[in-house]
Amino acid sequence: MATVDLKDVKKVYPGGVEAVKGVSIAIPDRELCVLVGPSGCGKSTLLRMIAGLEAISAGIVAIDGKVVNAIGPTERDIAMVFQNYALYPHMKVYDNMAYGLRNRGTPKDEIDSRVRSTAKVLELSALLDRRPRELSGGQRQRVAMGRAIVRNPKVFLFDEPLSNLDAKLRGQMRVEIKNLQRTLGVTSVYVTHDQLEAMTLADILVVMNAGLVEQTGAPLDVYEKPASIFVASFIGAPPMNLLALTGSFSGPVLADGTAIGFAARETPAVTLGFRPEDADVTFNAEALAGALVLPATVEAVEPVGAESFLHCAAGGSRIVVRVSGRAAAKPGDQLRVVAKAEKLHWFDQAGKRVD
Amino acid sequence: MIGQSPLRTFIAHAVLILGILIVAFPIYYTFVASTHTLQTILRPPLPLLPGGQLWNNYSEALFGGIGRIGGVSVGQLLLNTTVMALGLAVGKIFISILSAYAIVFFRFPLRMTFFWLIFITLMLPVEVRILPTYKVMVDLGMIDTYAGLIIPLIASATATLLFRQFFMTIPGELVEAARVDGAGPWRFFFDILLPLSRTNIAALFVILFIYGWTQYLWPLLVTNSNDMNTIVIALRKMVSFADADTEWHLVMVTAMLAIVPPILVVVLMQRWFVRGLVESEK
Repeated sequence: MATVDLKDVKKVYPGGVEAVKGVSIAIPDRELCVLVGPSGCGKSTLLRMIAGLEAISAGIVAIDGKVVNAIGPTERDIAMVFQNYALYPHMKVYDNMAYGLRNRGTPKDEIDSRVRSTAKVLELSALLDRRPRELSGGQRQRVAMGRAIVRNPKVFLFDEPLSNLDAKLRGQMRVEIKNLQRTLGVTSVYVTHDQLEAMTLADILVVMNAGLVEQTGAPLDVYEKPASIFVASFIGAPPMNLLALTGSFSGPVLADGTAIGFAARETPAVTLGFRPEDADVTFNAEALAGALVLPATVEAVEPVGAESFLHCAAGGSRIVVRVSGRAAAKPGDQLRVVAKAEKLHWFDQAGKRVD
Repeated sequence: MIGQSPLRTFIAHAVLILGILIVAFPIYYTFVASTHTLQTILRPPLPLLPGGQLWNNYSEALFGGIGRIGGVSVGQLLLNTTVMALGLAVGKIFISILSAYAIVFFRFPLRMTFFWLIFITLMLPVEVRILPTYKVMVDLGMIDTYAGLIIPLIASATATLLFRQFFMTIPGELVEAARVDGAGPWRFFFDILLPLSRTNIAALFVILFIYGWTQYLWPLLVTNSNDMNTIVIALRKMVSFADADTEWHLVMVTAMLAIVPPILVVVLMQRWFVRGLVESEK
């Protein structure tokens, strides 16, 4: 049981490259914090600094209220699950799980009972005598998890643990990780570049970009109120539609000259956004009060079963609209995209959200 | 197989058998010679079948001592050579695995300088530094000692390089997982690195053992007394230019005995050796 606190943590590499430029995150006890962002955003570096595998250039990392900047990974009492599992290839599953406990001088019979009970939880009991190369990807993933769980550490660290699994298995393991984390009540930090994983796993979602935190919050809050254009386009699949605005503050105009008719309340906005599922299409021509109406041309239709995505040209750029079921439109159709005013997001020159 | 016709099979086998005969015949002939009396050998032609002196010749060589090399027995020669070859193989592996470990897994000042220093010695054959090394051995009083036979040859840039290349293929995540699991440098070395290097060590052992067994120039220089000779040097000393002085039957026995230990090492370690060369499983 522990909290994890990061205060203005920075990482500067010897060459002068700044990978993490001052990140502060407070993770309460028992919560799962997901760091999400594109590759090279510094999320893995941050995780490795929490683990103690990477030196901290500036700032403070505290686990359970104790500053751990100067102590090694062993003494931090953390357990890590790696992307490629990093199982010891010459050891049996049992020894892989027991290794950390042995190094800490845990009595033999305690090791045995802990390994066996953890194996039971993860359904690995039948595999304890196998070597990693005799296991499937999913089973290796479980062993890697088991190796972390068996130690009963203060903090779990996950470094893109599911990225080597196929899509189906990934969905399964995602649910399992969430359940395990909740049952065990161990504070966790989880790094991923997959926004779906981030949304479904996180208690706290931290969106990172270029070494900085773009937004921190509950996943749905982040989804509904993205703090910046970056977050808006990173979280959600397909991403938010973004349209450039010109014209005056009170009468913004889209790139193709369409006047919108209303505007952001306080600050001038230069970008307008709405999510694919917050818009609808209509073939009717009547004006709708309090809604954004865009004349659009359908360019492609992607039916995925329960829903369809219409790719359209509108307002001088390309947008995607999600309609449920089968789409009535086909490529080449002229129609109108309608989005309610309260579902619109406005962003200023710097890409920050304005209301 | 591509060719299944009987003719092809016959030709393939014929070529293989011919090859084996060409390689094996001299060895067989040596064996035949080692079972005859000196008189039979010196009176040509030498029979193609083994004679009845097998027991006499071998026991005389192994336990009796051979006149031309000061009455030293082949048993003593085998012991000397085994000590040298084992010492070299084990010592080279020990030193090079530790140096490679330091160079790959530790960050210290001048790390690359040290690596290049080791690497550069590859360009210098033993012969180039043999006189200064000899002088050092004389000054240290290490002539005619096992240490003098082994230590000057014990550093191996090749083996260090091989271990370095192997260590560099070990994923960084594995090293980090061990650190998180509480393994310090020694534990990591013994629990993870050494077991993973087993096959490489086995392959290297075979190569280095044979290298040590067949050393010629250095043992020739550093051993003066007959009972410190290695078997290869002794074999050379036994052969005189005047045929009559040479106990050919004993020379043949010694030659036969000299090839037995390397063969044993290869045969016994073959399984490991092949795995070490083929396997790249991580």
